[in-house]
Amino acid sequence: MKENTEKGNTVLVNIDGREVAATVGSSLLDAALAAGIHIPHICHDPRLTPTGACRLCLVEIEGERGFQTSCTRTVAQGMKVRTQTEGVRASRKNTLELLLSEHCVDCLTCDKDGDCLLQDYSYEYQADKARFPNVAPAAGEPNYTTESFALEYDPSKCVRCQKCVRYCQEVQMAEAITMANRGGSIEVSTGIGISLNESSCELCGGCVNVCPTSALYDKQAKGLGRSKDLKKVRTTCTYCGVGCQMDFNVNPKTNRIVRVTSEVGCIPNNGSLCVKGKYAFDFVHSPERLTTPLIKENGEFREATWDEALALVGKRMTEIRDQHGPDAIAFLSSSRCTNEENYLMQKLARTAGRTNNIDQCATTCHGPSVAGLGESLGSGAMTNAIVEIEDVQTLFLIGANPTEAHPIVGLAMKKALRKGAKLVVCDPRDTWMAKRADIHIKHKPGTDNMLINAMMGYIIEKNLHDPKFVEERCENYPAFLENLKGYTIEKAAEECGVPAHLIREAAEMYAKGTPSSIFYTLGITEHSCGTNNVRNLANLAMLTGQIGKRSSGINPLRGQNNVQGACDMGAMHMALSGYQKVTDPAVRAKFEAAWGVTLPTNVGGRVTDFMEHAGEGKLKAFYCFGEDPIRSEPNSTKLAEDMAKIDFLVSQEIFMTETAKLADVILPATCFAEKDGTFANTERRIQRVRKAVDAPGQARPDWQIISQVATAMGYPMSYNDPGEIYDEMAALSPNFAGINYERIDKVGIQWPCPTKEHPGTPFLHAGRFTRGLGLFQAIPHTPPVEVPDAEYPMILSTGRTLFNYNIANMTRKTAAIEHKQPENFVEVHRDDAAAIGIKNGDMVKVETRRGSLVVKAHVARKVRPGMIWMAFHHEESNTNLLTNDAFDTTTRTGEYKACSARISKP
Amino acid sequence: MTEVSKGHAGEPHVHRGEGCGCLAADLAKAEEILAELSPVDSGDLIPLLQRLQDAYGYLPADVLAEVSERTGIPLSRMYGVITFYTQFSTTPRGRHTIRCCTGTACHVRGAKDVAEALLHEVDVEVGGTTADGRFTFENVACLGTCFLAPVVMVDDEYFGQLTPAKARAIVKNYS
Repeated sequence: MKENTEKGNTVLVNIDGREVAATVGSSLLDAALAAGIHIPHICHDPRLTPTGACRLCLVEIEGERGFQTSCTRTVAQGMKVRTQTEGVRASRKNTLELLLSEHCVDCLTCDKDGDCLLQDYSYEYQADKARFPNVAPAAGEPNYTTESFALEYDPSKCVRCQKCVRYCQEVQMAEAITMANRGGSIEVSTGIGISLNESSCELCGGCVNVCPTSALYDKQAKGLGRSKDLKKVRTTCTYCGVGCQMDFNVNPKTNRIVRVTSEVGCIPNNGSLCVKGKYAFDFVHSPERLTTPLIKENGEFREATWDEALALVGKRMTEIRDQHGPDAIAFLSSSRCTNEENYLMQKLARTAGRTNNIDQCATTCHGPSVAGLGESLGSGAMTNAIVEIEDVQTLFLIGANPTEAHPIVGLAMKKALRKGAKLVVCDPRDTWMAKRADIHIKHKPGTDNMLINAMMGYIIEKNLHDPKFVEERCENYPAFLENLKGYTIEKAAEECGVPAHLIREAAEMYAKGTPSSIFYTLGITEHSCGTNNVRNLANLAMLTGQIGKRSSGINPLRGQNNVQGACDMGAMHMALSGYQKVTDPAVRAKFEAAWGVTLPTNVGGRVTDFMEHAGEGKLKAFYCFGEDPIRSEPNSTKLAEDMAKIDFLVSQEIFMTETAKLADVILPATCFAEKDGTFANTERRIQRVRKAVDAPGQARPDWQIISQVATAMGYPMSYNDPGEIYDEMAALSPNFAGINYERIDKVGIQWPCPTKEHPGTPFLHAGRFTRGLGLFQAIPHTPPVEVPDAEYPMILSTGRTLFNYNIANMTRKTAAIEHKQPENFVEVHRDDAAAIGIKNGDMVKVETRRGSLVVKAHVARKVRPGMIWMAFHHEESNTNLLTNDAFDTTTRTGEYKACSARISKP
Repeated sequence: MTEVSKGHAGEPHVHRGEGCGCLAADLAKAEEILAELSPVDSGDLIPLLQRLQDAYGYLPADVLAEVSERTGIPLSRMYGVITFYTQFSTTPRGRHTIRCCTGTACHVRGAKDVAEALLHEVDVEVGGTTADGRFTFENVACLGTCFLAPVVMVDDEYFGQLTPAKARAIVKNYS
C-alpha cells in the first residue's frame, strides 16, 4: 500500500464533461461512482482487488485505443473519460447478451428478483436473452453445497465474476472455494469438490452476499420472499461485542426475517458478517420461544396473565426486601439487552429494590478489564477504534482468538496483515492468528504475568522503552521497576514453557513496531489473577508509550454485544451510569434528585457473591434477566444447588433455560429483533437497535417489563419509548450526554461524547490519561488456584468457537450451525492422546475435581502437550460442570482458563 | 475432523488431519518431494504438483490434503490449478498414456480408424483407463506434428504415418 504515502492528494479527471476530483491511487470506477456517475459493474467490490472480469465497466479514455475497464485503471491528472458513448454502450449490451447466454434466466421464481445486477443492467441496456443460444450449465447437479444447510450454489445462474472466490480468498482468507475447470465448464468449487462443511469454509456467507445474481443464495430463505418484496431494517448484531451493522430483510406479510445482509461501507464491519451475524437468527422465530408469563405452583409451571405475574413478583420482592433487608435481594442485569434496559434494571434495583446488589455478566468475562484498566488508566474500555486496526504495525495478541470470538475484528487484523503488519500471538493454542504469526509464544495457561514481566525487563534492558512517556505521563514507576528484578527471560522461558529467544523477539517487535497495539480477551481476564494480568498489560503499553495514539493502545475485545453498555449504564454494584461512583456525594445527590429516592448505602456485590450468598441462605430473592448462570458460571453442579436455596427466583427470558427452570416466575421477553434501543460495542460506539418483527405471543419488550415490575414494587416507572429512557440516562451521565437517537441514526458515536457538538472519541488517553497520570503497578506472577498434580495432571482451559455463541441456546437453533458443530469436544495433544491410546474422533472421558464428561477427542497439535481445551456451547454436555469456581481476587471473575483435569478412555 | 469425509458425489476420501489413520504408507514419496523443494511456497505449486503426479501417477486427494496442511497452500488453490491444466489428474491413470491426435491433418489421413483400432485393441473408452491399469486413452486436438499424420503419442514418444495395424502393433510393446 505504497500509495498511502500520497493519501489525501487528489487529481482532476474529466468524466463525461464533468470535472471530478479523485484521490490519487483510486480507480476510475470508484472515482466515477463517488461522483454519482453511473457505470455498470458486476465483478467490482471496493473490498476486493479489481480484476476487470465482467467487462461491463468499459469506458473510452481520450488518446487511448479501444475501451478500458475502469475498475482496473487508476485515475491520472487530466484524464478525459467518456462512459456512455455509442460504442461503449453497444459493447456492454453485447457482453450482457453473452452473459445471458450462460445464465438461466429464471426471474419468475428467483429470490433475487429486484436485487440482481444482471437483471438491472439487462433492463437498462435492453439486452436480448435470445440473441445467442443458451449454454447455461444444468441446474440441480450435486455440487459442494448440496449437503449444506446454509447456502446453495446454482451454476446455471453463475456469471463467473469470481467475486465469491475473491472474497473468500482476500477478505475472509478462508480459502474454501476456487474456480475449478476452465472455458465453458468453469464453476465455483471447493478443493477436490469436498462438501462445504468439510472444507475450510467458515460459513460467513460472504460469497452469498457478494453474488450479483442468485448463483449463491441462502438455502433457508428460498421461496420466503423476493428481494423486491422485502423491507430492510438496519440494526446491530446481538452476538459478540464488535457491533456489526446488518440489515434484516423482513417479509412484512409473514412477519419473518428472511435473510440477513450488510451494506458495504457501513461502520464498523464494512458489509462483512460472520456465521453468527449472517445465519444465527433462526432462534427469533423458534417455536421454543417463551410466549406467556409462567408461575410455578407445586413444582409445575402454569400459564399466567401478565397482571397476575407482575403482581406476584412485586409482592414477593418487596416482602423479602422489607423482611430481610437490601442484601437479601439481588438483580442480575443482561449484557445481551439494550443500554436502556440495563439503565432501567439498575434503576429498578436501586429505587424499588433499595439495594446495590446489581450486576451483569461483565463479572463473568471482562470485569478485570473494567477494574484493571480503570485503575491504571482511568477508563476500562478499549482504547482504540476498530477502523484503526488496519493501520497497526505490530499486532500484539495475548489470550485472544479474534477470528473465532470477534470475527470482524479478525477481518480488520487480516487486512492489517495484508498491509504488512507484524504479528505476535501469545496463546497456548494454535489459533488462526497464531499459525500466521511472526512470533507465536505458546505458553502454559496461567503464566501471563511471568511472560509480561520478563518482556518488560528485557525492554528496559535493551533501552526500548519510552522514558519520556514514562516520566511525563505516568506514576509509581520505581515500585514497578523494583518488582521486575525477579523476572528474568530464562526464568520466564522455563515457567512459561517456551524458548527464551521468542520472548526476547516478541518484546523487541512490540516495543519497536510503531504503532503497536495490544489486543486481549478472556485468556487474560478469566484467571484468579485476571485483574493483575490486565494491570500488567497496561504497564507494558505505558512503558513503551504504545498508547494514546491512533492505532496504538490496549484493547480488550468485549465478549457480548452490549457488555460494554451494561457496564456503561451502571449495572454494577459500585457505579451508576457513566461510571459515576455510588459513594460520591455529588453523584448521589444528582441521582436522588432525578429519581426521587434516597439511594441505597449497602456495598452490594457481584453475581459470584450473589450465588455464594444464596448457598449460605442469605440471598432470598433473585431477579435474573437474560442470563443463565447455571450454564455460564463455573462449577454448575454447586451453582444449581446454591440457586435452589433461593426463596423467590424471577427469570426474564426468551427461552426456557436451566436457570429459568428453577424460577418461581418467568416473564417472557422480546429479543433484539423485536424492540428498539441501543447497544454499545467494544470500541465504545453507541449504535441503534431497531425493531424488525413483532414479538411472539404475549412477550413484552424488556424495558416495559422492568418498568412494570418497578411499579408493582411500589416505585412507579413509565416510559413511552426507549428514546425517552436514553435521554433520561444521558442527562445524568456526562460521558453520553452528547448522544441521542437522532445523532446515531446513520452511524454510531464513540463515547466519551459530552456535548451535542462533540464528534465522539475514536481513541482514548490522547495527551493525558483519563485518570491523569497512568498508574504503574508492581505485578507478581501467581499460579492458578488449581495446578496440575499427580491425580489431575493436565490443565483444562475453556472458551468459545466461531460457530456457536456462549451457551448457544440461540445459535444452535440454526441448522447450518448445528450441522457444522453438532457436539461438544475436547482438544487433546497427540502425545497425550497416544499415552492413553485414543485417536482423533474417539470418545474420551474428561474429569476434574468437580465433575466428568465423555466427549469426542479432537486430536492434533493445536494445544500444548499437557493441556486440553473445551468449548462450553452444548447444553447436553455442559463444560462448566468441570470448571473451577475459583475467582479473581478483585472482581470475582471465574478461573475458566485453567483448572486441573485428567483424561482417560471411557 | 471426521474420519471419513462425505464428498458429494462419491468423491475419494479426503484426509482430515492427524489421527485420521487413512494415509497410505507411500506418503513418504510426498515427504521426499517436499523436502527437496523446501521451503515450498505458492509459487512452487505447479512444479510441486508435477513432481507429485510423476511420483504417484496421479494426484491422490489424501496426499494433496496432507501437502496442503504442511505447506499452507490451500487445497482450493491447488484444485483450481489442477483442474485448469489437463496434465493433472485426481483419478488414477494408466501406466501409459495414449494421446490420439484428432486434428484436421490427422483426420483427413484416417485418424478415426487408427483411434477405433486402438480403443478396440486395448479395450477402453475415450478418456478412460484400461481395467488392467495399462493405458489411459485421450483424444487431443492437435499434437503439432501434422507432417506425421495420422499421429499418436504413447507417453513421450511420437508414432507417425500410422495405419490401424501399425497402431495395434505399437501398443503391444507396452506392459
